[in-house]
Amino acid sequence: MKVRISVQTAPFDLAEEMSRLTGGDVGIGGVASFVGLVRARNRVGEREAEISTLTLEHYPGMTEKALGRIVDTARERWPLQGVTVIHRVGELQLGDPIVLVLTASAHRRAAFESCEFIMDILKTEAPFWKKERLPDGSERWVDARESDGAAAARWLTSP
Amino acid sequence: MIQVLYFARLRDRLGTAGEEIADPPATLGELADSLAARGDDWAEAFGGKVLMAVNQEMADRGTPLSDGDEVGFFPPVTGG
Repeated sequence: MKVRISVQTAPFDLAEEMSRLTGGDVGIGGVASFVGLVRARNRVGEREAEISTLTLEHYPGMTEKALGRIVDTARERWPLQGVTVIHRVGELQLGDPIVLVLTASAHRRAAFESCEFIMDILKTEAPFWKKERLPDGSERWVDARESDGAAAARWLTSP
Repeated sequence: MIQVLYFARLRDRLGTAGEEIADPPATLGELADSLAARGDDWAEAFGGKVLMAVNQEMADRGTPLSDGDEVGFFPPVTGG
């Protein structure tokens, strides 16, 4: 079982992370991946706007613990052979990758479901905060979305 | 003595990233209430939804405080 968790400013390379995860383990039948990117348009409250940059802040120490616990929960729930979670912090530009989740399993269902689970719980429990800078130079903190809370909550009720 | 840390919107509103508190109250809820009573910025910062952690684990108002604890206050998270 390979677990790799990293909070970093540097970009990540999907192909490199795939090989690192699967290399040498021929029991793996599939890997599900999710890559989150900096989107140009975002809505905060009633106000939708084009953003120019995104800055990610986190709670050093607690972030790694929270991600570790989320991965542990996924491993208890699905038969996984490897998990990679990389989350970037600092200033990012439009289109930049923010987050990578890879889940490896013998069969696709466990890989798909656990990948979605990790992202859903990460969005409500891992202590990261996004701040947007708009083209006029103003900055605003991104509000948490109710839909993210609902997405995380459904994993608590479904078997 | 405990260490108190503020993050994101909360830190911006309070103008400080953290502080040491020499004689903390017995629980996290009482600490939050005493901070909120410091003035307008503090009342506003603690008036919205604030998440709390003790020693980097999510906690709630009833969580007891002990000497040497690290307390974190922050808004709902928005990573991913």
